[in-house]
Amino acid sequence: MTTTSAPGRDGEPVRHRGGARLAAPERAEQAVEWMDKLWTAVRTADEYSALDVIDNALEAGLAAETVLLDVIGAVQHKVGVEWAANRMSVADEHAATAINDRVIAALPRQRPATSRGKLTVACVDKEWHALPARLLAETLRLRGWQVGYLGAQVPTAHLVSQIHRSGATAVCLSAALPTRLPPAHAAITAVQAVGTPVMVGGLAFGTDGRHARSLGADAWAPEARAAADRLAAGPLPRPRPPHQAVDDLPHLADQEYTMVARSARSLVRETSQRLERRLPAMRSYDDEQRERTAEDLAHIVDFLAAALYVDDADVFTGFLTWTAEVLTARGVPAHSLLPGLDLLEEQLHDFPRARAVIGTGRAELATRP
Amino acid sequence: MATLPESVGMPAAGAVGPAGAPYPVVVVDEGGRVVELNDAASALLPAARIQEPLSSPAWLASAHHAAEHREASGEVGDRYFSAQRSSLADGGTAWWLVDETAYRSVAAELATERERTRFLAEASSALLASLNLDRCMEVTATLAAAHLADAALVIAPTRARKLPVVVCDHLGQLSQATVSSKPEAVLGLAEALRGFPPVPSRWIDPATAPDWLVPEGFGEVGSLAITPLPGHGVPAGALILLRRARQTSFTASEEAFAGLFAARAGAAMSAARLYAEQNVVADTLVRALLPPALHQVEGVEFAGGYRASVETELIGGDFYDVHPPGEDCPETLAVLGDVAGKGLEAAVLTGKIRNTLHALLPMADDHARMLRRLNNAMRGSDRVRFATLVLASVRREDRDVLLRLTSAGHPVPLIVRRDGRVEEADTEGTLIGVLPTISSRTTHVRLAPGETCLLYTDGVTEARGGPVGDVMFGEQRLKRALAECAGIPAAAVVERVQMLTDEWIGEGRHDDIAVLAVTAPRGAHLSAVDGTTRGRYTT
Repeated sequence: MTTTSAPGRDGEPVRHRGGARLAAPERAEQAVEWMDKLWTAVRTADEYSALDVIDNALEAGLAAETVLLDVIGAVQHKVGVEWAANRMSVADEHAATAINDRVIAALPRQRPATSRGKLTVACVDKEWHALPARLLAETLRLRGWQVGYLGAQVPTAHLVSQIHRSGATAVCLSAALPTRLPPAHAAITAVQAVGTPVMVGGLAFGTDGRHARSLGADAWAPEARAAADRLAAGPLPRPRPPHQAVDDLPHLADQEYTMVARSARSLVRETSQRLERRLPAMRSYDDEQRERTAEDLAHIVDFLAAALYVDDADVFTGFLTWTAEVLTARGVPAHSLLPGLDLLEEQLHDFPRARAVIGTGRAELATRP
Repeated sequence: MATLPESVGMPAAGAVGPAGAPYPVVVVDEGGRVVELNDAASALLPAARIQEPLSSPAWLASAHHAAEHREASGEVGDRYFSAQRSSLADGGTAWWLVDETAYRSVAAELATERERTRFLAEASSALLASLNLDRCMEVTATLAAAHLADAALVIAPTRARKLPVVVCDHLGQLSQATVSSKPEAVLGLAEALRGFPPVPSRWIDPATAPDWLVPEGFGEVGSLAITPLPGHGVPAGALILLRRARQTSFTASEEAFAGLFAARAGAAMSAARLYAEQNVVADTLVRALLPPALHQVEGVEFAGGYRASVETELIGGDFYDVHPPGEDCPETLAVLGDVAGKGLEAAVLTGKIRNTLHALLPMADDHARMLRRLNNAMRGSDRVRFATLVLASVRREDRDVLLRLTSAGHPVPLIVRRDGRVEEADTEGTLIGVLPTISSRTTHVRLAPGETCLLYTDGVTEARGGPVGDVMFGEQRLKRALAECAGIPAAAVVERVQMLTDEWIGEGRHDDIAVLAVTAPRGAHLSAVDGTTRGRYTT
């Protein structure tokens, strides 16, 4: 764990999108040139030029949905890639997202006269990556649905009360980070308990949607178009009768997730202290560097907890390999993660599932420089 | 006379001949002819004749001739019997007939009751799930059509002229409609909607049902039942059940059962209606207290972010506002503040302060005077509460933005320069609502394009959490975070600060959090825009 002392780091702890890989979306040919133009505007944080690009693209005859998904969505995708490759700072990323958000708000709102029905689109609690959900909400509006878009990090109680109010016939839930899977499960179960089916999407659920199935969602879609197509094909199946979260995930009965999640902060504290004893270099760290190290450990513990929750070591190894790539892009060797993993495993010696997950992660890292 | 052997497996029968047996007994010889009938059997089967083949009842005859020896049962007249076979020593067979009529009817009743109980339990959980009136009406119609009738209509009471109707047709398809018909057009409907006891189904002539009542393709209506949906104190509507012509019409027991279902449906619909009505009230009140949506005013970027301490609430004791320039004040006035306390009560007080400040806008050229007036107004009110706030008067000068900033006991605004330096605005003052006289010092700040002034409440800096837990976020971390925000739009600065504090807090509790960024835009537009229309290039 020497991530912050290495040269080339922009001082930003690894906190974004870890775990699932961004797949390059397919896009229409003519959208590519507009995407490049929008990218230039977004990269220079020039909101007005960005708005003009979108206006011109629409005037040139590009469909609104293409502009939304293949121009704006593609730019947002590139933002993630550029950040991971250390070609963009986290502040640049926020700036790009803010501009994309404004551009979407400025899209013309021609709506079909008759509504297909009411839907609610939201991000799960603690999920900050709102743009994928926003793109879906706008796509569904373009296709004639009446959409209640609730935005980022929607507390589950608030989501349920919105469903009561609006009478939406289905809910679309978005989560980007696998660490949001436990709150996503709580949200899915709660929405189903009020008799409303749930479609989920976003990188958190895996590129094949495996976690959507294990958490009992009524449908899964890999991206906005597929989600809109699925909803157009007919109503989602009625959700199962109300049930407990543990009914979907019987392995939770072993309490490993509960223990790791509940003691996460003390695990991080203890691991940091042991790390300092083990690595002499850390003793010269200043407070900020120590905190960065602790933040990195906190992310490792969070992803470990998520992996235990869905009983899938890939959640953890996915995060580690992604982190390793991000570190490598910033000139930090991936094996710097190993001592932290060893110390965590030491403290979790009574937890066989957790030890197995950490073991898998370590084996994966060992293959890297 | 044949005697029964000792070993037929029925010990009591061994000692008793068919004549004295307590059940009807028919003895049939190897050739299939009846050889003996006791009195009970003769009375039960008057067609049976000694020495003639056993032919009636047919189910018994076929059981007798069946290759496999099995128990048999069936109807005899209006009663129901089971027949037990005993093989006799001479190769004949004795059939003992046991009357099971009463048992059967009790068993059937039990099955019906169980089915109904299960249905009511399922119906209750389906109905309780939603607090949305439309959904409750849909669930009611669907359940009724599936379990009680061929099609069902749910009609909500209304003061409007048109009746809101949800129909579930014979195919299970739901549809919603409003019908311009008087409820009096259907016998029993007006009564049901007003909560009177239901008119018995047999009194209602299905032929009089108006067209809107019968789903398309339903065919002839055989019978029709109308049940009130009783609500909490007020009628919640009416349930209309339709059966097709070839189905049996509604029995009294079925109508009574429909009433039981309607009681549950009515309670659910009432709760949903109440929830909706209260939400309208709450939403109306909360809307006035919600932080405004911000964007651009007079070529200056404004962005705000709000998170209430109570997760399910949208409002709390923090507030912000941006007042565009008006007749009496040439500058935009931005305000951000924090009222002592949390939740709804604090939110109500923020509403008062926001209104007072709005009224004081004409004196925004003198922040100190404005704050004194506000202090007097707050001290005059009954509830002793105090508040801290920052006033920011904003105007554009060429591509720069000029700010006048005054803090009243509030954390000082932070200025993010293009090179990443973060400065504290040099202002201070007394908090509002406690002391009879207050003082304040105003400062002037110039923002070059891409520079931001951030107003925030102590919910940001006093947020507790962090990777090891229970550490305060603090001003230093905020400044470090802002140092990375040079040159980015106001909305991005706000999102960055909100996201960092949110991650810092993690699962922990927190205070209300409000952030307001004022940014000089970097873009080439010199715009005179109101925040909704787009600007123009100057070149």
